[in-house]
Amino acid sequence: MSASDTSSIIAQPRLFTTVNWLKYASPQNFYPIAGKVIPLFLATAFILSAIGLYIGFFIAPTDHQQGDAYRIIFVHVPAAWLSMFIYLVMAFWAGLGLILNTRLSSMMARALAPTGAIFTFLALWTGALWGRPTWGTWWVWDARLTSELILLFLYIGFMSLQAAIDDTRRADKAGAVLALVGVINVPVIYFSVQWWNTLHQGASISIRSAPTMATTMLLAMLITALGLWAYAIAASLLRLRCIILERERHTEWVASLRELKS
Amino acid sequence: MLKVLACIIRRDILLAFRRRSDVLTILFFFIIATTLFPLGIGPDKAQLRAIAPGILWVAALLASMLSLGRLFALDFADGTLEQMVLSAEPLTVIVIGKVFAHWLVSGLPLVLVAPLLAVQFDLPTASIKALLLSLLIGTPILSLFGAIGAALTLGVRGGGVLVSLLILPLYIPVLIFGAGAVNEEANGLGSNAHFFLLSGLLAGVSALAPWATSAALRISIE
Repeated sequence: MSASDTSSIIAQPRLFTTVNWLKYASPQNFYPIAGKVIPLFLATAFILSAIGLYIGFFIAPTDHQQGDAYRIIFVHVPAAWLSMFIYLVMAFWAGLGLILNTRLSSMMARALAPTGAIFTFLALWTGALWGRPTWGTWWVWDARLTSELILLFLYIGFMSLQAAIDDTRRADKAGAVLALVGVINVPVIYFSVQWWNTLHQGASISIRSAPTMATTMLLAMLITALGLWAYAIAASLLRLRCIILERERHTEWVASLRELKS
Repeated sequence: MLKVLACIIRRDILLAFRRRSDVLTILFFFIIATTLFPLGIGPDKAQLRAIAPGILWVAALLASMLSLGRLFALDFADGTLEQMVLSAEPLTVIVIGKVFAHWLVSGLPLVLVAPLLAVQFDLPTASIKALLLSLLIGTPILSLFGAIGAALTLGVRGGGVLVSLLILPLYIPVLIFGAGAVNEEANGLGSNAHFFLLSGLLAGVSALAPWATSAALRISIE
């Protein structure tokens, strides 16, 4: 412990010439960095979300079929993207933790799960609010809605499995297996509108073709998505710092942290 | 390797026959649970026919979930499982053997008794055939998925409730395609598409689930 302490202190001045990224795989080194970037991401999240939502609610034109009800997509679509993306990131970190036995990866996976679950819930909830005026129903059992609901259940399963196992190493590994098994669901959600003939409309934006929506709408949606993305990073890093403190509370470096002494 | 497989299957079936009440409990749960629905909903035949595939499938799903506790828990308690993990034979093969034996004991009886229960719901013969086939393809998938959950929750407090939380999301596609096959048959639309999807699911799951299960077992034992 003390040997690695001194080496990290000595290595610090050279940080500016060559960055040794693997250094940040250690919770001890990542903890202060995370603390520094959280305010940046939080600020970005607030500014971008505010701009995106302002353009979406006040500048973007009214849809000629759906009226103003369509404006919920500025929250709905970014939330749905993030719900799937966060699951993939979570499974990636969980898998990395399983293979390489790196502590921080497993902590990251655990920190991401609640944020992902919130976005999944948000996507379902805003979808229901949108479905009521446009489809005339809060909920239909079509492929995309069902698979998104399964995603929410997977997040809940992941979190409750980790909560039920007291031994953190076993909890991390068991959660990783479950997260990796659940990955099958993500492409099913994404392609469900193409594979099945569903009530949910197909994607309005794709990489290969021009978007089928007005430029201001697209702009608002992308800016909001970036804002929510920044929020997701900030929230999970904040949670990660708590998890690091909780798990490393017996170590010397946590005991010598300035913010804990006061 | 095949010898190990046969040995495991024979052993698990023998153990199940020595504890016949465990197996019969699950079967009777299936029978009683499905019988409750006509009593609760009322004897309107058209209505019963419409809901029968869903009810039979959901009951089969819950029954197979109830039986998951037996899959590894007894071997885990007396230390046999540890020996299996330590043995030179591949754990995946042992897992396949155990899951297959488990399906023979707790899945197959459900499949065989389902046509009889379908008569309670006044299902036509074509639908009963579709039900039998869909359960025959579907229940092994349930056992394979269930094995992952059972392995992950070994020795965890509240494991029984937890396993349902982990496994039910994975069961949903099986339920959709299985009950869907019977519904399409009843509506005269042809159920081939659903059977193909179900069979594809079975092929994929039987290749991948034993791996995940043995990884989960190693984590639980360590």
